[in-house]
Amino acid sequence: MNRYLWPLVAFALLAIVLGVGIKNSKTKGVVASPLIGKAAPDFVLPDLRDPDRPFDSRSMRGKWYVLNVWGTWCVECRAEHAALMAAKASGKLPIVGLNWKDDSAGALGWLAQLGDPYVAVPVDADGRVAIDYGVYGAPETFVIDKQGVIRYKQIGPVTTDALQGKILPLIRELEQG
Amino acid sequence: MRAPAAALLAILVALGGVVGAREAVPTAQDPVAARRSVELARKLRCLVCQNQSIAESNADLAVDLRRQIDEQIAAGRTDAEIVGFMTDRYGDFVLYQPPLKATTVLLWAGPGLLLLLAVLVLRRALRQQAETPAPVPLTGDERARATRLLREEAAAGRDAAR
Repeated sequence: MNRYLWPLVAFALLAIVLGVGIKNSKTKGVVASPLIGKAAPDFVLPDLRDPDRPFDSRSMRGKWYVLNVWGTWCVECRAEHAALMAAKASGKLPIVGLNWKDDSAGALGWLAQLGDPYVAVPVDADGRVAIDYGVYGAPETFVIDKQGVIRYKQIGPVTTDALQGKILPLIRELEQG
Repeated sequence: MRAPAAALLAILVALGGVVGAREAVPTAQDPVAARRSVELARKLRCLVCQNQSIAESNADLAVDLRRQIDEQIAAGRTDAEIVGFMTDRYGDFVLYQPPLKATTVLLWAGPGLLLLLAVLVLRRALRQQAETPAPVPLTGDERARATRLLREEAAAGRDAAR
């Protein structure tokens, strides 16, 4: 009996370890942000639609908003666009669209064609602001509170589910707390 | 080739050398800084292609981060400060070699522990093998009996097959 017990135990342990790995593989590659709970880095960047009027992130103090990192080169950004337009229509949450390492003419065309859900479109041409936010891909979306603290980061497209199911409830919860 | 054509060719080649060819532009960094830059880049993970360091990766982000490293070296930051800059923004996962912490102790010690376990199991198995008694050779009587039994069984088998 002993002869068969140990290999069985070893197999069971291996199965558990591999099972946990498979279960976690969906979130593998998603890097948790160390900036949750920290102050969102402030920046001043030219606005895509009006380069002479720079956008200062500090102007968003006093209200909840969402910083959406996007670019015309990003396929998933197109996928989330409808959800962003719906969010804008609902009027519940202003969206600042950080245009990351993009071609400005192309970006303007995209907004003209697909609709503009943003209250401001700061242009991060060299990617420095994105690095400060720990951005490593697009789309990524940060939920920032009235004091300018990052409360949540959505990696990947913002779906209506994410908005209704996670982001808005989180805001409501933190507002009450 | 005729002389005039050869002469013309020679002139064109010489001019081409002057106009087109350039020495590779040396990097603005001195060699010490350049080496530090590469060493640091090797220690940091490219988060786009996550099994490459930013020294190896061609992703845009890797290019941006290498530039960040160069700028910070030029600004006089220490290696620890530069690594801290990265982990502040991207977390521990950006370190290509995971740090030794309570959460990673199993990762670091795991292979060694498994090897130790395997060695112990092997030792026990070998010892058991050494301890099993060698088969005692049959006595003459026992061998005669065994032969008779085997013959009977073979005969029975042949009868059954018919």
